[in-house]
Amino acid sequence: MSRQIGEVILDLKNVSLAFGGVKALTDISFDVREHEIRAIIGPNGAGKSSMLNVINGVYRPQQGEIILRGQHFSKMNPFKAAKAGISRTFQNIALFKGMNVIDNLMTGRNLKIRSNLIQQAFWWGPARREELAHRAKVEQVIDFLEIQHIRKTPVGRLPYGLQKRVDLGRALAMEPSILLLDEPMAGMNVEEKQDMCRFILDVNDQFGTTIVLIEHDMAVVMDISDRVVVLDYGRKIGDGDPDEVRASPEVISAYLGASH
Amino acid sequence: MGFFLETLIGGLMAGMLYSLVALGFVLIFKASGVFNFAQGAMVLFAALAMARFSAWIPQWLGIDSRFLANTVAFLLAGALMFVVAWLIERLVLRHLVNQEGATLLMATLGIAYVLEGVGTSVFGSDIYKIDVGMPKEPVMILEGAFEGGLLINKEDFVAALIAGVLVGLLALFFQKTSTGRALRAVADDHQAAQSIGIPLNRIWVIVWCVAGVVALVAGVIWGSKLGVQFSLATVALRGLPVVILGGLTSIPGAIIGGLIIGVGEKLSEVYLGPMIGGGIEIWFAYQLALVFLLFRPQGLFGEKIIDRV
Amino acid sequence: MLYRENGQFKTSYAADQQIFPIAQDRWAIVGILVFAFIGVPLLVDEYLFRAILIPFLILSLAALGVNILVGFCGQITLGAGAFMAVGAYAAYNFHIRVDGIPLLVSFLLGGLTSAAVGIFFGIPSLRVRGLYLAVATLAAQFFTDWVFLRVPWFTDNASSGSVSVSNLQVLAWQIDAPVDKYLFCLAFLVVFALLAKNMTRSAIGRQWMAIRDMDVAAEVIGIRPLFAKLSAFAVSSFFVGTAGALWGFIHLASWEPAAFSVDRSFQLLFMVIIGGLGSIMGSFFGAAFIVILPIALNQFLPALGGLFGVTISTAGISHAELIIFGALIIFFLIKEPHGIARLWSTGKEKLRLWPFPH
Repeated sequence: MSRQIGEVILDLKNVSLAFGGVKALTDISFDVREHEIRAIIGPNGAGKSSMLNVINGVYRPQQGEIILRGQHFSKMNPFKAAKAGISRTFQNIALFKGMNVIDNLMTGRNLKIRSNLIQQAFWWGPARREELAHRAKVEQVIDFLEIQHIRKTPVGRLPYGLQKRVDLGRALAMEPSILLLDEPMAGMNVEEKQDMCRFILDVNDQFGTTIVLIEHDMAVVMDISDRVVVLDYGRKIGDGDPDEVRASPEVISAYLGASH
Repeated sequence: MGFFLETLIGGLMAGMLYSLVALGFVLIFKASGVFNFAQGAMVLFAALAMARFSAWIPQWLGIDSRFLANTVAFLLAGALMFVVAWLIERLVLRHLVNQEGATLLMATLGIAYVLEGVGTSVFGSDIYKIDVGMPKEPVMILEGAFEGGLLINKEDFVAALIAGVLVGLLALFFQKTSTGRALRAVADDHQAAQSIGIPLNRIWVIVWCVAGVVALVAGVIWGSKLGVQFSLATVALRGLPVVILGGLTSIPGAIIGGLIIGVGEKLSEVYLGPMIGGGIEIWFAYQLALVFLLFRPQGLFGEKIIDRV
Repeated sequence: MLYRENGQFKTSYAADQQIFPIAQDRWAIVGILVFAFIGVPLLVDEYLFRAILIPFLILSLAALGVNILVGFCGQITLGAGAFMAVGAYAAYNFHIRVDGIPLLVSFLLGGLTSAAVGIFFGIPSLRVRGLYLAVATLAAQFFTDWVFLRVPWFTDNASSGSVSVSNLQVLAWQIDAPVDKYLFCLAFLVVFALLAKNMTRSAIGRQWMAIRDMDVAAEVIGIRPLFAKLSAFAVSSFFVGTAGALWGFIHLASWEPAAFSVDRSFQLLFMVIIGGLGSIMGSFFGAAFIVILPIALNQFLPALGGLFGVTISTAGISHAELIIFGALIIFFLIKEPHGIARLWSTGKEKLRLWPFPH
């Protein structure tokens, strides 16, 4: 392995989240180390997506805190998270349907744009140069994900598997240090899954990006992740490397046992 | 004190009428997700029909009794509104299923133009009177309780009473009849309702019919008060802040919102008007709704929307 | 066979990012501009300028503004007329209260004032969306209606809010003949259309569209909804306000608040919906359609009546106009919800591939 798993980069402490009276997450703590692939698994409704939403601030937990590179956040918001280098994909693809692939990826570069509205309106010096520079970066992502042939297609017209890939591309265009993937392989066929696995491993390997991933396909999870958190009904019932988790009786009865 | 109460009561009465218009909006929005800008045009159309039918029917049928003529005219106008509702569903809505809100809104504006155009070409574009024998003279009440008593417009009182009864009937219709239940099911979830065999198209026709009848009642009341004229179509614009205040999907919201706006308008006109100039009624209602939106975006009784990712 | 991009290879991203990447389109647009600036003034008579061309140019500008807000940023507005009014009256006040202020400057200041008001009335968009927002923008409409009618300061104490301007000139150019007015408006429109196009193809435009398509995801990738929405309101109101100043000063020369009533707001919204939401080109199509339709009906209906030996009264015509207008809107929404611009681009696509179907 060329990558070196480093220190804890993201630490969640005692996070609880409720909607009205419904508890989605109860007192959950776990950490994520730099450069690792961390999986969150659990049955439907276990609170996995809510967990990701808490990490990047879409939901605000009632209790607990998030420590990102030593910085404490009791409340994260999506913009702060993005600035701190967290990007994500969505379970039900949340691409910008009215735009083509290039423009979708270009939105990922938004935080790095320095020119102002007036300069952009006049397509003037810095605005123009920036547009070109970011386009070049985006083209690298396009090459990486092998989607050259669809770069000008409106994303609404793409098949599901490719949309998922563009969704990943948009997250990658942000050049994140932490990448959150919400069921990147849901609804894909075997080939598409293999491709997606390859991309995830490559991202992790080439760019050293830390990855937090939710996935249902156990074989995939056990194969590619370094450590796994198991949730059930909003509680943490297991945490450790794939073999440990697989051996834990509690996990087996709650989750693996049910399906195997 | 007496003057204040008079203003307050006047506001409540006017508010009841706003509620009636707002009710039309809410009914249609709830059942079909259409923000019906044509509600005002429907009020105008219905009022025109009523006014002209009640003038023509004595000639056609040779009826002398005004009550009878009015009744026949009302039924005829009601039937006409049913036809209008059916046509709207058949020719417009059916073809626009699953379009975006903005598109539907534009379509109802188109419907409004057509209704206004047809209404004025068929029924004429002068100012007409509707005389359903509403009492015109004001009465004095509570003379014992206040010095000078309270001056109340009987007409307003009757109008508010009619509006109140209509609202009550609608509530019963929604809660107690099977059609009402189907309507509520459609309002909750189109697809689920369809999958258990509720015919969407028929439900929409029914809703538009009900909205048509509500428009007719509103048209008769406003028309007998102010005369039937083109400006009646702008009544819809008075109803909008009411809906916003009450919440787009709530029938009680429409009623209470109407009362709040009615009272707010009258009080502001009387107490604030002299300070900053007259004619503030219209925008005051809107500003009230706007400020309200900032604190409670879903309206008083609207359902809170939670984003899911 | 003429409309082909074979052999036009892009060798740089700059070439790929041009406004008109296809060479034939570039030639076409140059041709149209030359014709508009030189050909039209030579060919067209006064009536056409006054009844069609000048209103078309100014309303196109306003429609561009509305399209930025509604089509690109997805925020419905029913208050565009209000921002035209703010632009017109603000420009008027700068014009009469500041001695020797150049006309262009007062127009732009009018636009900027409108932008500021637009930001203010855009604040609700941070909390509410869709139809609720549409109603919030109506608040702007009714408020400005009232202000310009009732607050005498804005209209220089003129009764009933009517004001007039005369003797307009830019540098030494006296703008009073219809052809001068036409050229003046045309110049404005060309510059503003270019600015709009530039904004929509750079970062700010992508922010607007991201907010329109999926606001939660936009925030997650680092777009601030506050900035994106309010900047859309500001830019849109700037365009609409400038159009309002042109409408008042150039087209009407004397006007009252009713010129910018809620009907105008609806009209502008129709333009962008019929023309095509989120399309610069669509704004022009929509404006042309809405400006020409009533005039065409006015000419056509009596002729049609004459054919059947029926004389149609003026009132009858105006009623028929309403009906046909409404019906056409509905027809368009049903047949092509994406507007004329979509028809246009499908046509172009077909032409590129012709004579092959795919």
